[in-house]
Amino acid sequence: MPKRIETVVLHDSSTPVIGDIQKGGSVVITTLETALDQARAHSLWPLTFGLACCAIEMMSTVAARFDLARFGSEAFRATPRQADCMIIAGRLSKKMAPVLRQIYDQMPEPKWVISMGACASSGGVYNNYAIVQGADQVVPVDVYVPGCPPSPDALMYAILKLQDKIKRKEARNFKDLRLIESVTGPRTLEKVKS
Amino acid sequence: MSLELLRDVAKPILQGFGITGRRLARKKVTVMDPEEIREQFPRTRWRHYLTRYDSGLERCIGCSLCAGACPARCIFVEAAENTDEDRKSPGERYAVRYEINMIRCIFCGYCQDACPTGAIVLKKNFELADYTRESFIYTKERLLESYPGECDAPWKSKYA
Repeated sequence: MPKRIETVVLHDSSTPVIGDIQKGGSVVITTLETALDQARAHSLWPLTFGLACCAIEMMSTVAARFDLARFGSEAFRATPRQADCMIIAGRLSKKMAPVLRQIYDQMPEPKWVISMGACASSGGVYNNYAIVQGADQVVPVDVYVPGCPPSPDALMYAILKLQDKIKRKEARNFKDLRLIESVTGPRTLEKVKS
Repeated sequence: MSLELLRDVAKPILQGFGITGRRLARKKVTVMDPEEIREQFPRTRWRHYLTRYDSGLERCIGCSLCAGACPARCIFVEAAENTDEDRKSPGERYAVRYEINMIRCIFCGYCQDACPTGAIVLKKNFELADYTRESFIYTKERLLESYPGECDAPWKSKYA
C-alpha cells in the first residue's frame, strides 16, 4: 500500500520546503536550481593539478585515512574536460601561469577553484621574480586555504566550505541549507560510523 | 585451453578478491572528519593566538621580534607607549596594531620561538580556509584571546 501524503505544502517562494517525514509520507518541494546545486556540491570532481609539495597532501586527502570519497570528490580527473573543481596545489610560477589559465578555460562550466597553500594563495615565502603572488591574478579563486602545506583535514574543510558556497548560491536565506541532511536528520558520529 | 583460462584468469581474480575479503575484517583506518577530528600531533602549529597574563594584561610588548624572525614577512607590529592610566601590558610598550597575513604565513613557528614573553602561540585550530583574501588579515582583535587561557581550551570543528 502506498504511503498516504498527509501534508502538501504550497508556497510561492523559491526556497525548498521539507515535508514531515515522521508522519509517514512526505513532500519535498524545491527549485531545479537548488536540486542541481545539491548534485553539483556532492559530486565535485577535482582536477589533478599538483604543482608542488601541496600535491602530496592533496593525494593524502584522497587516500584511505581521510577519504575524500565520503564527500563525493574521489574522482580526480587528469583532463580538464571532466573536472569541475581545480585545486591549485603548490606555488604557481610565472611560466606555469598561462598553462593554468588555459586549463581553467578548458574546464566546462560551472567550475570552481580552490587555492591550496600559502604559495598558491599569496606567494608565501617566495616573494621573488619567478612566482605569481597569488593565483587569483590568473584565475578567479573561490576558497583559499592557508598552510604550508595545509594538512588533509584543512583541505577537507576547504572543500566543505566550497560545498557550502555552491549550495548557498541561490537560497541564501537558509544559512545551512543541506537538503539531504534535512531529510535524513543531522549528521552525527554514530550515523556516519554505521 | 579451458584449464589455462582457469589458471591465468580465474585464479588471479579470486586471489584478488581474497585479499579484499581479508581486508574487510580489519579495523577501518578512515577518520570520520569533520565529525571526528584525528588526534593532532603534540607540536602541530596552526592558528596564532596572542595570549594574556592571568591578571588580564597582554603579554605582547610590541618589540617586533616576531616580525623580524618571520621568513614570509607576514607579521606587522606597531607599538605604542603604555601609560599608568591606560595600561595594556606590563612592559613599557604594547602592540597597538598587530596583524598577521594568515594566507602568507607558513606556520613555521619562528615567531613563537622569537617571542621573549611567550605572547604569540600557535594552536591546533586548522579550520582557516575562507572565501576572500581580505578575511585573512588577522588583526589584533581576532588574534587576542578575550581572557587568559582561552586558547588552551579544547578546540572543536565548526562542522561537527
